[in-house]
Amino acid sequence: MILEARDIKRFYGGFCALDGVSLSIREGEFVSVIGPNGAGKTTLINVLTGFLKPDEGSVLFQGRDIAGKSPEELTRLGIARSFQLVHVFPGLTVLETLQVAVISRLGRGTKWLARLASDREVMKEAMEVAELFGLTPVLNQSSSGLPQGAKKLLDVASAFALRPRIILLDEPTSGVSTADKNRIMRTMVDAAQKMGIRTILQVEHDMDIVFSYSDRIVAVHQGRILADGSPEELQGNEDVICTVVGKKECFQTFQTILEARKATEQ
Amino acid sequence: MLLGIGFLLAAVVWPFVGKEYQVYLSLSFFSYSIALLGLNLLFNYTGLISFGHALFLGIGGYTAAFMTHKYSILSMELIMVVAVLLSGLVAFLTGLICVRYIKIYFAMLTLAFGMLFHSFLMKTYALTGGDEGMHVTQPKLLSMDLSQMDKMSFFSGPYYFYSLVLFLAAAFLMWRIVHSHFGLSLQAIRDNPDKAEYLGVSIRRYRLYAFVISGCFAGLGGALMAPVTGHMDPAMVFWTHSGDMVFMALLGGFSNFFGPMLGSLVFIFLRDAVSSFTEYWRFIFGALLAALVILAPGGLMGLLGRAWASLAGARGSGEQAT
Repeated sequence: MILEARDIKRFYGGFCALDGVSLSIREGEFVSVIGPNGAGKTTLINVLTGFLKPDEGSVLFQGRDIAGKSPEELTRLGIARSFQLVHVFPGLTVLETLQVAVISRLGRGTKWLARLASDREVMKEAMEVAELFGLTPVLNQSSSGLPQGAKKLLDVASAFALRPRIILLDEPTSGVSTADKNRIMRTMVDAAQKMGIRTILQVEHDMDIVFSYSDRIVAVHQGRILADGSPEELQGNEDVICTVVGKKECFQTFQTILEARKATEQ
Repeated sequence: MLLGIGFLLAAVVWPFVGKEYQVYLSLSFFSYSIALLGLNLLFNYTGLISFGHALFLGIGGYTAAFMTHKYSILSMELIMVVAVLLSGLVAFLTGLICVRYIKIYFAMLTLAFGMLFHSFLMKTYALTGGDEGMHVTQPKLLSMDLSQMDKMSFFSGPYYFYSLVLFLAAAFLMWRIVHSHFGLSLQAIRDNPDKAEYLGVSIRRYRLYAFVISGCFAGLGGALMAPVTGHMDPAMVFWTHSGDMVFMALLGGFSNFFGPMLGSLVFIFLRDAVSSFTEYWRFIFGALLAALVILAPGGLMGLLGRAWASLAGARGSGEQAT
């Protein structure tokens, strides 16, 4: 088990956002957390990545309690994340953004007199990540001037550049046009494979994306786990479909997606 | 590059062509510029604005006063080493508290520490001379005793070139810092601390490092300034002096590496010119600051950049037309 949440409770004042959530992620899994708005998905990711401290329960990474650890410590352990709202460094170029992550990974952030431009290793790694995410043509462009889809890719690419053991993506395709969603997801999954990042946990609203890419789906509702299983298991779960999607007709759609996925995999 | 060579040539020729008083005045440019290199590491590269940087100028200046006047230690190199170490130490101790905060809270804390030091200087009369301050004796440069030279010849000659070399070395050092791995990480913190933290950048630790480096530069500037003024008093660390430094950075354009230096040059000569006909120079400078913020937030460097771009554009379209 690479990441394990045990009986997590988290309150916002009197409101219980997570009510005894237990979740285990195995190495090599692609897990999607789904649920309606306000179900506690982002809180769960925030607790798992140290952004929020759980009020009760523990979070174990490779058997080690990491609840309340600083993001910097989590990064060093091999946990990376991206945010729901796109996070870039407006004053930095695409290349510089990726360099920040690579510098951090290599532990070179305190090199205060070395010429960054002469550090070939940092440059090479940053260029490799840019290449995998299709960002090479915009390498020297300011991050703030990129289209929304490219910003999202850069945000995720910089987290990937840390080469973590597990990556947690909070709605990686939110705010992106429907046409771009699949392209972005495909790029991410391919990049993860090439970079050896085997374990991904994502929060996602788009069910096409969820059913197309996940090994396992965890449905959250009112701060509790409603269901936890493979896409095949969940596509027939009426409770999940009605709660998360709100439409029974989606059964058919998900079945079609899964059949298409199986055909591609074969 | 051409501008740099041009500046260097002008700086070397200046003591031979400028009036003695003007050359003397430009010594403040070197001291302030070194201090502003430090201030701008915080302001532009880390996104923290200090309203108490005169504290470090004061530490540097009073170090020179103590060493030369009280202990007759006249080696300028030793004075600078002690000034940098002391400023670094004070920056480290105050920084441990200040860097926990950002924006106005950081600014107010730095201002508070500056004013605490001001009160300390005022109240400890026996040690610091209180509001009367302390005399600064002319130091030895590279162990050379130049006390036989008259004051103005010393400052417009050996001390000028000594300051110029130090300024160039400090500018080169800061250039290396902002173009290093550390410099880029600071800029990431400035732009988006949350994101930087999740990329493994230790934001509080890096801010503290930046604060200490910044304090060291300001301390060095203060030590270099002390022999020029010949006297240190609490006005050196008063908050308006910190404000002057921020004003210089804004005037020149803090978002450009060279902007604050240009700002200090213009500030020093403009203040001299304005105060020669009115004692209300701060009134004029206040109006100038307001106009600057509204009309040219990029400062003089921003204006020069725009002028250069339109000139290049005009030339480009001229070439196209022909």
